[in-house]
Amino acid sequence: MDLHELSIQQAHELLSSRKVSSEELTRAYLERIRRLDPQIKSYVTVSEELALKQAKEADQRIKTGEGLTPLTGIPYSAKDSISTRGINTTCSSKILENYKPFYDATAIKKLNSSNSVLLGKNNMDEFGMGSSTENSGFFTTRNPWNFDYVPGGSSGGSAAAVAAGLTPFSLGEDTGGSVRMPASFCGVTGLKTTYGRVSRYGLIPLVSSFDTIGPMARSVYDVALVLETIAGHDAKDSTSRLEPVENYSEILKTTENLRGLRIGIPKEYFVEGLDSAVDFSVRDAIKHIESLGAEVIEVSLPHTQYAIPVYYLILFAEASSNLAKYDGIRFGLSERSVESLMDVYLKTRETGFGAETKRRIMLGTFALSAGYYDAYYLKAQKVRTLIRQDFQKAFETCDALITPVAPATAFRIGEKITNPLDMYLSDVFVVAVNLAGIPALSVPCGISNGLPIGMQIMGPHLSEETLLRIGHLYQSQTDWHTKHPPL
Amino acid sequence: MQLKYEPIIGLEVHAELLTKSKMFCGCEVVDSITAKPNHYICPVCTGQPGALPVLNKKAVELAVCVGLALDCKIHTESIFARKNYFYPDLPKGYQISQYDQPLAIDGKIQIETEAGIKEVRIRRVHLEEDTGKLSHADGHSFIDYNRSGVPLLEIVTEPDLRSSEEAKAYATKLHAILRYLDVNSGDMEKGVIRFEANVSVREAGSEGLNTRTEIKNLNSFRALVQGADYEIKRQTEIYSRGGIIEQETLGFNEATGKTYSQRGKESAHDYRYFPEPDLPPLVLDSDWIESIRASLPELPEAKTKRFIADFGLTPSEARFLTAELSLADYFERVLAKSKSPAKTVHSWIAGEFMRYVNDSGISIEDITLSPESFAKLIDMTADKVISGNSAKVVFNEMVKNGSNPEQIVQEKGLAQVSDESFIQDAVMKVLNDNPSEVEKYLAGKDTLLQWFMGRVARATKGKADPNVAKELLVKALEERRK
Repeated sequence: MDLHELSIQQAHELLSSRKVSSEELTRAYLERIRRLDPQIKSYVTVSEELALKQAKEADQRIKTGEGLTPLTGIPYSAKDSISTRGINTTCSSKILENYKPFYDATAIKKLNSSNSVLLGKNNMDEFGMGSSTENSGFFTTRNPWNFDYVPGGSSGGSAAAVAAGLTPFSLGEDTGGSVRMPASFCGVTGLKTTYGRVSRYGLIPLVSSFDTIGPMARSVYDVALVLETIAGHDAKDSTSRLEPVENYSEILKTTENLRGLRIGIPKEYFVEGLDSAVDFSVRDAIKHIESLGAEVIEVSLPHTQYAIPVYYLILFAEASSNLAKYDGIRFGLSERSVESLMDVYLKTRETGFGAETKRRIMLGTFALSAGYYDAYYLKAQKVRTLIRQDFQKAFETCDALITPVAPATAFRIGEKITNPLDMYLSDVFVVAVNLAGIPALSVPCGISNGLPIGMQIMGPHLSEETLLRIGHLYQSQTDWHTKHPPL
Repeated sequence: MQLKYEPIIGLEVHAELLTKSKMFCGCEVVDSITAKPNHYICPVCTGQPGALPVLNKKAVELAVCVGLALDCKIHTESIFARKNYFYPDLPKGYQISQYDQPLAIDGKIQIETEAGIKEVRIRRVHLEEDTGKLSHADGHSFIDYNRSGVPLLEIVTEPDLRSSEEAKAYATKLHAILRYLDVNSGDMEKGVIRFEANVSVREAGSEGLNTRTEIKNLNSFRALVQGADYEIKRQTEIYSRGGIIEQETLGFNEATGKTYSQRGKESAHDYRYFPEPDLPPLVLDSDWIESIRASLPELPEAKTKRFIADFGLTPSEARFLTAELSLADYFERVLAKSKSPAKTVHSWIAGEFMRYVNDSGISIEDITLSPESFAKLIDMTADKVISGNSAKVVFNEMVKNGSNPEQIVQEKGLAQVSDESFIQDAVMKVLNDNPSEVEKYLAGKDTLLQWFMGRVARATKGKADPNVAKELLVKALEERRK
């Protein structure tokens, strides 16, 4: 087995028994990135120097044998919206093209204290605005399963890198499906965490009230290992949750069946327009889960149809404010050969932001304007409450819900880029989760025409353990997650 | 017929809160004038991408103190909001402030006006963060983010003020209350308290409000009065000519004493307020609020009442002393050490002491004259150990050199003399040296007695007990009449 095919757990065993060093493992990944990424384009920045330094430090720690964690010496990558000290963090935007943060995000800090090894930063739609990486200010990432197709977005670089064996895991970020959708399109496992479960400190925000950092890896078990490392309360994030973090991987080891669990199937997610292969695969997966002991019932989430407009309205509003700091004064791009302060603002933002970002800033600025606030932002917040209540009600009768992640498999590069509304609609199954702040796991469950299919397992707040158990047992009996793209 | 116009003024006061660290990060709050620029900053207060605010509990506590002192209703749940606008001193492109649900509402402050005590209603008190500081030199602009994120309290009145004097009385009273609560340093010249005045005028006796203008950057009591007066006059003149007032934002030029237009209504900011998603609602425990209420210090109103009731001072004497906490404290410390009545101590404080404070420009907190020494001086004068004139000499010596009054009296030989033979000698010498004045006096010019008193005082170097001197003078003059 090649080094890049090892699961985190397998790699950890080889590292701790010193059959392979972190440096060897890291070099193997760097070599593979050098070979394959010019085509896949999943990385914006490869931090080779830092990676080798961190790998050597990890090897030192392994040598002493003290305080080893399952992630010690394990390479990883991170979506380029997660701040890494001294390493370019661009959000795939020209406005941050050479921006090097002078601090690490809390999630990165936690991985550093495990002596994990940062390989680099993954491409994304600019500031997370998109579902395909086509809105990246730099380039479009290709789906490793078929280079003519998008990897999904906005964490498309992370998903493609995991799928192509260019990293064992990646930290993704999910605002409205940005972890789950690309995970599904690329055939990897991705977790959208409960809002507040992982600190947002150092995560460059798109929508502060929806953004969540979550792991993307090749198995549920690997996702669990990463989650237990990065989750937890952070005094620097006032919205982070206080509840203690569970030892997810230990729980997975002892889970034998799903007896006693009741799974809801929301009828609003299996409707006309759903690709028949996706429909078949997800229903097949549900049957499999039923066979593991879970009870399956039909439920209803009646306000689902409003999720897309509500989600985008709140997104536009918050994003327009979150993007105000890119003004050319303190960091990032700054157009200075102009006459006035106003021109610095105008020129910097005109040059630095891409078309989709500008569209959303304008829509959000409008939605928050005096006289329109009540009709748009406030109303959206009210409907958001109804959507949240839909979930609360559903979770009174069941422990988790299963749906497709996306209505179809990955679409072709260029297919939807000219029609923003069509692009927004590809998020139809994923955004309600962010409105409710609940966790959801994307698990590969089929392949159609050479492109992966994913199912989404949703649960109430802080039910990560339940979701991981369902996903892990499913993966222990199926092999969809072990399939690799033909590279 | 000439119409009379009445000014309507509402004030917004921004006061920095005296916390050790900033509102939303751990950076130290430093003196914005002396600290090295951009040395007390971090990812949060410079708006680095991904940094998040964490609320400073002390700032909330101080804000609650002010809300309670102003008799406000404190909201147990208040919400932070983003106020969105672009400016280089605003690193995030928005200011974290409060909008829909501020920390406190519906308070009041009593002020003294010519017509008596007046109540000014407080509309709201809310927390927000200060911006950085811009400066301009040699065609460049500089930004110092040391001040960025310093906690600010905004205190907004209803349009209850009817003159610039009332505005000043309100501002002075609020300043005093903030000092009493020790939530603000009170250093106006460092910009820790800043005023914005909303001014309109209307025909006297009419109801309803006319278009108002907002004057920004009024950074002293003087600027507040000047700016408001200028604007009242400008608006009155425009109405008198039959013109109309445009709603606009004005700046104030301290050098010329004039206001100038910054922004018209059409270019007014739309701040696009919305709830700050990075901070959960601020929920306060009502027991905590009550514990703050219980620990509030004595405020100016209460102190004034106590000074009147306990010390027998008149209301105006008491208010003079309580206008500033440091003055009231100093007064009480002197009074505690002195055997003299409060009125005597008050007249010393209001007289020599304030003259010295005003002339020297030293703040009361920094005065080295110990209350013990001052009390001794007052008592020595009351006991006629020294004369009033000598006492002033001793006072000046004490504030200069800090020595105790007895020592100064001894060294300078200022002890008052009541010994009749010593004074009698001086009296006789004065009368003998001035025969023509004696003649005029005897001819009926009684006012010359005071002149003779002055001569005697000079001859005795101020040591003569004036009562004894006067008695002996009259006696000697009457003898010459015979």
